[in-house]
Amino acid sequence: MPTYVNPEKCDGCKALDRPACQYICPNDLMVLDKTLGKAWNQEPDLCWECYACVKTCPQTAIDMRGYGDVVPLGASLTPLRGTDSIMWTVKFRNGQMKRFKFAIRTTPWGSIEPFQGLPKPAAETMKQVALCGQEKYLGVPQLPTVSKS
Amino acid sequence: MVQPETEIVECDVLICGGGMAGCGAAYEAAYWAQAKGLRVVLVEKAAIERSGAVAMGLSAINCYMGMKWGENQPEDFVRYVRQDLMGLSREDLVYDIARHVDSSVHMFEEWGLPFFKTPEGRYKREGRWQVMIHGESYKPIVAEAAKKAIGEQNIYERIFMSHILLDKNDPGKVAGAVGFSVRDNKIYVFKAKAVISSAGGATLVFRPHSVGEGLGRIWYAPWNTGSAYKLAILAGAEMTQMEHRLVVARFKDGYGPVGMWFLLMKAVLKNAYGELVEEKWADLLKEWLPYGGGKPIPTPLRNHQMIQDHLAGAGPHYLRTDEALQKMFADVQNDPKKIREIESDAWEDFLDMTMSQALLWASENIDPAKTPSEVVLTEPYLMGSHASGTGAWVSGPEDIAPKEYFWGYNRMTTIRGLFAAGDGVGGSAHKFSSGSYTEGRLAGKAAVAYVHDNPPPPTLDGDRVEAIKKELFAPLEVYEQSRPAVTRGDVNPNALSPKQSLLRLQKIMDEYVAGQGSGYITNGPTLKRGLELLELLKQDLPRMAARDLHDLLRAWEVWDRYYCAEAHARHMLFREETRWPGYYYRGDFPKLDEANWKCFTNSRYDAAKGEWTLTKRPFIQLIP
Repeated sequence: MPTYVNPEKCDGCKALDRPACQYICPNDLMVLDKTLGKAWNQEPDLCWECYACVKTCPQTAIDMRGYGDVVPLGASLTPLRGTDSIMWTVKFRNGQMKRFKFAIRTTPWGSIEPFQGLPKPAAETMKQVALCGQEKYLGVPQLPTVSKS
Repeated sequence: MVQPETEIVECDVLICGGGMAGCGAAYEAAYWAQAKGLRVVLVEKAAIERSGAVAMGLSAINCYMGMKWGENQPEDFVRYVRQDLMGLSREDLVYDIARHVDSSVHMFEEWGLPFFKTPEGRYKREGRWQVMIHGESYKPIVAEAAKKAIGEQNIYERIFMSHILLDKNDPGKVAGAVGFSVRDNKIYVFKAKAVISSAGGATLVFRPHSVGEGLGRIWYAPWNTGSAYKLAILAGAEMTQMEHRLVVARFKDGYGPVGMWFLLMKAVLKNAYGELVEEKWADLLKEWLPYGGGKPIPTPLRNHQMIQDHLAGAGPHYLRTDEALQKMFADVQNDPKKIREIESDAWEDFLDMTMSQALLWASENIDPAKTPSEVVLTEPYLMGSHASGTGAWVSGPEDIAPKEYFWGYNRMTTIRGLFAAGDGVGGSAHKFSSGSYTEGRLAGKAAVAYVHDNPPPPTLDGDRVEAIKKELFAPLEVYEQSRPAVTRGDVNPNALSPKQSLLRLQKIMDEYVAGQGSGYITNGPTLKRGLELLELLKQDLPRMAARDLHDLLRAWEVWDRYYCAEAHARHMLFREETRWPGYYYRGDFPKLDEANWKCFTNSRYDAAKGEWTLTKRPFIQLIP
């Protein structure tokens, strides 16, 4: 289901330093057409339909259309991603609608303190098998091991 | 053509690829780097917030022991992986991931990844090894931790890494890596004492079911082009199980996950006539003892049953979502609130990780409680993280690896200072997202230890760097030089587009190297003919023309896939047995041959001579 961009909604992310879809697309597909001042999918047949651009677009200008090889027309799937949850609206070909809401994160964005509460590593522990924070995170007191055969 | 500028970046540990393994490597290396103030740099061809195989999200974490609840021990996991892989795994590597993986999963929860929980507060199990998550933001959360750990200034995005650099004075040792920006006319030369290749497995090496707009709507991420393998192969690192592959049964055309349906919802696979595929073809398993006699039935053998049923004319095959949901509804006395919860979980499974499948249901007006959905086998993928073990041959951990599997540093390849993780490591299947992250951590710590022991800076080979730089931008020159030969369009006597080159590769692989279009079957003569055609393709690939940096990226991704393809075909030719029926069949050696082939098949490529050497390496059982 390759993405397409609604020309009435896309503003080329003029207010940002780069188009949000172009920044996020994992496959380098979304690109700004400088003449139009709007984004487009330059290689839809390599679109994984991951919705990264759809979710991130500040104008909700990007949508998916079922890939033409097989998918019948008429349905839609629209996300609205907030900070702690995502809402999905599923519209069926026959007009039926379903809505779902799922959690996406339990902590505020940007709140991770990777090594908080962990001791500073000592160079002489480099050869030990313990990974960073083992005592805090592994959940058992001893790292299992097995004798070499 | 504008001549590219060159930026040289110096660091101690360089991580190529910022997916789950790369983010794990960044996190762990950054922690240990504090001891001596080392610089850790992570390079990614996209943006790490949404890159790698988990970019889209996941609905489950498929590798979690639950040791703190006494649910499973690492040796249980090794036995499971051994059975699923038809005997062949690097048990030291598998065990090592299993004993560490819980700590990674617990970190994810602390960072903010939402988990389904049982009333007692345990993670809700989907299956013995799987726990359920609300994983839409799995990758952004993991990426945030990696960014915070190494600092945003040490993350280089939109750079495609093409070659590992070896030390000028010691070609058995790594010196860095080279890549180019897909945003600016710029080449990056990274000088590093240790390099971790976590650049992902390979998709689209084979022709998929859809080749129009749906070419990219495959099961695994289409941006996984096999960089992890090509980087290691061209560096001369020893590779293992490159003949291995993954073929999985998935919902047709959307490639939505089936794990939750099979494991949690107890849905079954039936053919068009209502027969249970597993029951109907139970006797087939006896031909593949001892693995056919064990439980669970190995992934390739389940595929094998489905293929035989298809050949018997009994398709289409359906996952009976209707029967499973009706039973679940009856179990809750058709309570509308509970039905709504079950339905929500069923849809979330797709909406967290394969939205296309949900859209496909909506497009066909499918209510899974009333209508079953078709299941098919995918085209083959080359990967080391799922039910397959393709990748680099690496050292195991010092405390448990037998001497044949140990050469100094955990997860180090046969090139000193070059480490691998995730899909890049062979012989350690079933690590999935959490195990790949954990393997990145293991490689990250070991790489820092290596730098502590080997502090002298590497020496770059200036001539080699210049040669690679010239080669990198050559497709842009081919484009300019070839254009005058035609009025307009891509058909040119002197050039091939990257897309056409990719399609040519896929056709060869599908038809000669046991692709899905060939029923996953080949033989020696067919493989040899395929290798002849691959050699002709290799001669033509320097004619790939790139009109811009996006095309240049695609051209280099074709090279990634090319080397994966050639390694795959050569290994398949070398292994004269059929070990994984349902993944591929050697028609000329149709049986399992434990006496001769219960071993690893390894290869080494000599890039200067263009020659491959294949060898057997022993399988050593670590866990009784």
